[in-house]
Amino acid sequence: MSETVAVAQRVPPLVLIHGPESILIERALSQVAADLRLAQPEIEISRLSGVAYDAGTLPMEASPSLFGEARALIIRDADEGSEAFQTDLLAVLPDASEDLVLVVVHKGGARGKKIVDALKSAKARVIDTPAIKTDRDKQDFTTNEFRRAGRKATPDAVRALIEALGSDVAELASACQQLISDTTGLIDEQVVMTYHGGKVEATGFRVADAAIAGDAAEALRLLRHAIATGLDPVPIVAVLASQLRQLVKVGAAGRGRSADLARDLGMAPWQIDRARRALSGWSGDALGHCIQAVAAADFEVKGGGRDPVYAVERAILTIAAEHGR
Amino acid sequence: MSVWREVVGQEPALAILTKAVADPAALTHAWLFTGPPGSGRSVAARAFAGALLCPQGGCGECRECRTAVDGTHADVDIVATEGLSIKVDQARDLVQLAARRPSVGRWRIIIVEDADRLTEHSGNGLLKAIEEPTARTIWVLCAPSVEDVLITLRSRSRQVRLRTPPVEAVAALLVERDGIDPAMARYAARAAQSHVGVARRLARDEGARIRRRQVITMPMRISGVGDAIGAASDLMAIAEEEKEGALTERNTAEKERLLATLGADPAARTQPPHIRSQLAALEKEQKTRATRFTRDVVDRTLVDLLSAYRDALVLRTQAPVALVNEDTMDTVSGLARAFGADGLLRAMTAIGTARERIAANVPPLLALEAMAISLRVPR
Repeated sequence: MSETVAVAQRVPPLVLIHGPESILIERALSQVAADLRLAQPEIEISRLSGVAYDAGTLPMEASPSLFGEARALIIRDADEGSEAFQTDLLAVLPDASEDLVLVVVHKGGARGKKIVDALKSAKARVIDTPAIKTDRDKQDFTTNEFRRAGRKATPDAVRALIEALGSDVAELASACQQLISDTTGLIDEQVVMTYHGGKVEATGFRVADAAIAGDAAEALRLLRHAIATGLDPVPIVAVLASQLRQLVKVGAAGRGRSADLARDLGMAPWQIDRARRALSGWSGDALGHCIQAVAAADFEVKGGGRDPVYAVERAILTIAAEHGR
Repeated sequence: MSVWREVVGQEPALAILTKAVADPAALTHAWLFTGPPGSGRSVAARAFAGALLCPQGGCGECRECRTAVDGTHADVDIVATEGLSIKVDQARDLVQLAARRPSVGRWRIIIVEDADRLTEHSGNGLLKAIEEPTARTIWVLCAPSVEDVLITLRSRSRQVRLRTPPVEAVAALLVERDGIDPAMARYAARAAQSHVGVARRLARDEGARIRRRQVITMPMRISGVGDAIGAASDLMAIAEEEKEGALTERNTAEKERLLATLGADPAARTQPPHIRSQLAALEKEQKTRATRFTRDVVDRTLVDLLSAYRDALVLRTQAPVALVNEDTMDTVSGLARAFGADGLLRAMTAIGTARERIAANVPPLLALEAMAISLRVPR
């Protein structure tokens, strides 16, 4: 899907766009539509959706028109279609030809699998649009975005960009577009900072890490970022509690190989090692106070207090102050 | 024999209720039974229904009495929820029901077993029906205390207070009704702090007794923060164990019954869509039930734990009242020695706070951890 030159690819009669990532689906759809128009400028493209489908619509749309011009049907959300939709679509598939192109979007999953199988066995062109989830996927995606436009970006720039807007791939894509069209030359961290500096998508884990390391200012800053980017205080408190619990467990378990401990405590070995590193500067009593503060904050966040954010802030300040005591 | 035989140790309340049954002028159309958990609110409500429907005013032998107490009488409707609250839809159904005449008996009686779980919405939906029911409908609401019921419902009903029954009365009931050995019955009644249902389970279920003992002997083992976290997860594990024991069997039975009703093949790897949606609805219901059940079990565990500190306080102040945990004297006296009177009170407050927090949706484990940390035995 990463063709850089607009050479019109001949679109086969059947196209299956398969996978959940919406930005890639949109790209694939516009690419296919452009290819269709390039090959047959007068083609009539109509759009349908599996959601809220009325029985009979598909055969009607697929039937030849009076003047016999070429037609294309873009059918979205085939994975959410009703039984009637599925039977209609399966009935229409054999009619696909030069003059009736069917483009089916299936977001994955078990529902409507019959359609996917039928399309694949009918030799449809399959465009995969896999989910972009891990940081690695996002890095590849971002690097590829720049490369497609013939631009170069340093690894640091890519990392900074993902840190700022990583949670929404569509947003990431449009940020790349903006950088491509607004800047010239090498895209480095400095350029990214000019456009997206100061915006950080913090998670509860980063907040907890900073608080447990005793860095009150950093923890509060990250908390503010997290809240501003739409994170709810409830999961933040839950993360604080679970991190502190791990520290206490590992601290109380004493020495021993981390693999053995991991089995005894039901944690992953890397969690043990991390907890051990974080434990420096902590005493049992201090951790106890912290857990009590977090429990109080949890109660306040869930309606026991007036201001949930303040409750979390206070818990974070307590934790940071207990560190090293 | 009388229909009131299972309502134990409630003489003052009984006097009011029997008078209402005997004298139509003393009868009211809406009642509110309040009393601590285990005092037999719903048992009293059912007995009251039986007495009203019985031609002899509560013989305890006739069909009316027996079916009313069993909860199968056609004119006695019992509303109880296993979720966290009674939903407004359920309340609206009740309003319709209340407008109908009784089908076989003299009265239609609607018993709301946990009126404290009526939300503001659903409670207010009932107002009109409770205030002016048809001439033959009687409402009986049950709740732990008057404060747990919406003020608008409170003012529309007549209150009957049940008290915590004396230990001897509960023990006598266990011996008489369930045929339990008198010594065991006395132990169970005392350990359950006169909660009839809990006492019965303690007397009959060895596992319940062992779990309770584990809980009671726990406090002396908490000395550091690590122990506290461990103790909290032990408490949670005890509650989970109890939940599994009580619910797993029932959930599978329910699922099998649903599949049989729908004519589905239980061995099929995937069920057809319309059956899947029904199964999903059942699973959702079972999940809310599990949440409620875990919370209830944890709460009861905390009441048990509280009794150990209470006994220690009694011992320390040498108050002339009976102990709950005479069988675990070493824990109780150990606590009394280790904590001062103020320390014991602080510990009891910590347990109370944990109960409050769990009721307010704080994850039980976190609330228990914070509590256990406050329960560390001073060195």
